[in-house]
Amino acid sequence: MSAVSLQVDNLRVYYRTTRGDVKALDGVTFEVADREIMGLAGESGCGKSTLAKSLIRYDGRMRHVSGKALLDGLSLPGGRYTKVSLIPQYAMSAMNPTVKIGRLIADLVRAHGWSYRELLPELVRRLELVGLSADVLNNYPIELSGGMKQRAVMVLSTLLNPSLLIADEVTSALDVTNQRAVAETLVQFRDRGFVTSMIVVTHDISLVYQIADTILVMYAGKLAEKAPAEVLVNAPKHPYTRLLISSLPEVGVRHATRKLTGIPGRPPHLLNPPTGCRFRDRCPLAYDRCAEEPPFTEVEPGHFVACWKAMSEGSPGENQEACAAERSGGTPW
Amino acid sequence: MHRYFGRKTLIYLLTFIVAVTLNWLIPRFMPGDPVLRMLTRTSVSNPEAIAPMREYYERVFGLDVPLWQQYVNYWVQLLKGNMGVSVWLFPTPVTEVITRAVPYTLALLIPAILLSWIAGNKVGALAARRKWLDNTVLPVGYVLTATPYMWLGILLAWSLGIVGGIFPVAGGYSFELRPEWSLAFVGNLFSHWFLPFLSLFLVAFGGWAIGMRNLIIYELEADYANYLETLGAPRSLIRRYAFRNALLPQLTGLALQLGVLVAGALVTEIVFAYPGLGYLILSAIQNQDFFLLQGTFLFVVIGVLLANFVIDVIYVIVDPRVRVGMQGAS
Amino acid sequence: MREQFYFAFRNRKVVGGLSVILGLLVLGLVAPLFADYGPNEYVGPPAAPPSGEFLFGTTTFGQDVFLQFTTGLRSTFLVGVLGGGIAALIGMTIGFVAGYRGGLLDEVLNMLTNVVLVLPALAVLIILHAYLGIKSIPAQALFIGAFSWPWVARAVRAQTLSLRSREFVDLARLSGMGTMRIIRREIAPNMSSYLLLTFILLFGGAVLFAATLDFIGLGPTESVSLGLMMNNAVHWSALHLGLWWWFVPPGLGITAIVGALYVTNVGLDEVFNPRLREM
Repeated sequence: MSAVSLQVDNLRVYYRTTRGDVKALDGVTFEVADREIMGLAGESGCGKSTLAKSLIRYDGRMRHVSGKALLDGLSLPGGRYTKVSLIPQYAMSAMNPTVKIGRLIADLVRAHGWSYRELLPELVRRLELVGLSADVLNNYPIELSGGMKQRAVMVLSTLLNPSLLIADEVTSALDVTNQRAVAETLVQFRDRGFVTSMIVVTHDISLVYQIADTILVMYAGKLAEKAPAEVLVNAPKHPYTRLLISSLPEVGVRHATRKLTGIPGRPPHLLNPPTGCRFRDRCPLAYDRCAEEPPFTEVEPGHFVACWKAMSEGSPGENQEACAAERSGGTPW
Repeated sequence: MHRYFGRKTLIYLLTFIVAVTLNWLIPRFMPGDPVLRMLTRTSVSNPEAIAPMREYYERVFGLDVPLWQQYVNYWVQLLKGNMGVSVWLFPTPVTEVITRAVPYTLALLIPAILLSWIAGNKVGALAARRKWLDNTVLPVGYVLTATPYMWLGILLAWSLGIVGGIFPVAGGYSFELRPEWSLAFVGNLFSHWFLPFLSLFLVAFGGWAIGMRNLIIYELEADYANYLETLGAPRSLIRRYAFRNALLPQLTGLALQLGVLVAGALVTEIVFAYPGLGYLILSAIQNQDFFLLQGTFLFVVIGVLLANFVIDVIYVIVDPRVRVGMQGAS
Repeated sequence: MREQFYFAFRNRKVVGGLSVILGLLVLGLVAPLFADYGPNEYVGPPAAPPSGEFLFGTTTFGQDVFLQFTTGLRSTFLVGVLGGGIAALIGMTIGFVAGYRGGLLDEVLNMLTNVVLVLPALAVLIILHAYLGIKSIPAQALFIGAFSWPWVARAVRAQTLSLRSREFVDLARLSGMGTMRIIRREIAPNMSSYLLLTFILLFGGAVLFAATLDFIGLGPTESVSLGLMMNNAVHWSALHLGLWWWFVPPGLGITAIVGALYVTNVGLDEVFNPRLREM
């Protein structure tokens, strides 16, 4: 991979509650390269949203405990909109309903010291690129369809060419056709240099697989596995990733609507997480060593995993077979 | 657009019909012979009014004709502008008595409503921003909205009027003056107006301030505020948007509160013997002047309906969602 | 439910508001029992300021203001509970039925709601009271309730609409439950916290309405009320005579009760909405 864009180092962010700290993000370390689209996957409550937030803006209850995140040398959170930007999950309601879209964009870019008039030609060009006419600038959000609002927000979020774009569950509110279109637009934005690199947060590995260069899987506030998309889906090493992949529904059915029926038990409570590997209680492969916390190690170039078993396991070939067996319905264990 | 206003107009028209019907119906529920009963009540307070009253009753109640015709007759008289003759101020027609009082009520209500709404919204929005202000505005606001209008009026009249001696506490102007456009008279008018205005203003102000504070907090949690924050928009921009959006429900609230505000004005006038509609109501009750009472009631209803309509029009102008929705519909 | 009680008793607004309400209620219930004369009897020296013998002083006629005040509290609570209860009953019934049944019935009820909503309630109440000469508090409460329900109907209708399509309601419908039964057994319990908050606001509203009517002199003639005390005080020139102890307590009592109700309402809202609780 080329130069490193985002560098996250041992980042810990807890939520303050009346009953104590919820350790939603408990020491994560990874890198995102220039022009890399990284998928960030995991069940809800695994810490992926916290990770996304801690790169943009801490909310009132979040507390930075340790570690740092650097984007091109800039410490995050910082440089909102100009350096780091977000396409939110709630794109449908992200725009102020009582202000015309053009007015909203003008207010926003002016607040960042840009001239709306100078940006206007580029803005119109990008709107047309996503299939919107310049007329939408004269519309109120209510006059646009859901898909149109989504695309307008995508253009708005990336207008100042941020180095890092975080797309948070951007497709979860859309139908299948729009999901594909949005995914392709994201890739296009990267290819045209509107954004340098991208983190796509999602429940849905099957969708992120289509556009991401790499996929990072989180479990219970920790990183489980990161690998090139192709490798992660076809030859996962972490038992949790394997189960996640094996329980993938057919194309089009969204993951969020289904429970992970294949994995008995629930993720641990992050108020007082267990020591050692956090997946231990649900893991069919767990053994003595798992009482000790597994490090997030590079087992192959570009393939990181936090699992004792995976680290000591044999050749990738075996893995592939195991996976194939899994996907055909058999149990490899 | 047509649909929206059509529906609203239908509601207001229906309300008016209901009000008139109630007005016609209620005397009929009085036990015994209503005419006789009212005449005997009246004879005590104003003997010379009996003849015209009997005449009016016969025309309006028309007790020999069938009920539906009585009802129609009532409407006919009403639409001619005939609400009968005041017993209390015999022989002035009720309509005239009322039109003389209306300016006073409007002079109290309109500034009190507008200023309390504007000031309440401003202060409420500020309170949502500053903790220390919030800690004062909230309790004060709750105490003010919980205060009965007349009690605040009584307290102000007593403290600033009687004990303090700063303001007069009764009447629309000093009775030794004659109405004229002189500085002295207008000043006198103003000093009589101020305390009733202030008590109306204060009670309403508390409600608006609390409402705005809660709405702003709610707006600041809305998705668009979150998104703007994420995109590094300055707080001032987000606050501006939130304030603007919160004004819309406050406008709806204004329409809903109109009845309560009018009621507040009526009792405040009673406290200060201010010569508006409220004072008329009290006099009508004390003098058993039922024509005047019913006439005032209809005037109040018409006023509230008109004000509601004005607010509807303003709402369409300021809320693009309603406007756009209507364009799509028609 | 137990959890909600737990949070309710830890919420300062709820505890403070309820203490004021209960304190005044107990005062109203108990204090008059110790008087061996009626609230309207002339028992003391006229226009006496507060003293050990007459805690709140006496009126120009020598009536015991404290006794009038505490007796008036009873009326206030009675009219609040009854008036608020009746308004809640009407508003909820109309809201539930309109929201659940939909169709033409909904249209008609909706129109009715809108009409009563824009009708200035106090003006109607004045006419009603003036003609019919309300004698008892329950009658007054009935009329107040009959004209202060519309916003409840609106809100309940909206909530019912959203509950109507939920699974458990579908299930009840499929199992052949009747409309009223579904509303009573399935929908209302799911809105119980909201309904409680609504009742509290209606309670406060009814108290203010009654006080206003009593003040104009249209209240029940056979009982003592806080509004009537203010009416008498103004009528017999308590302001000019400086008898502040005659008109301050009744207004203060109403403000305290209504204010405490509002504060309790806000506190309970925090208890029922965990999202607000965290802040």
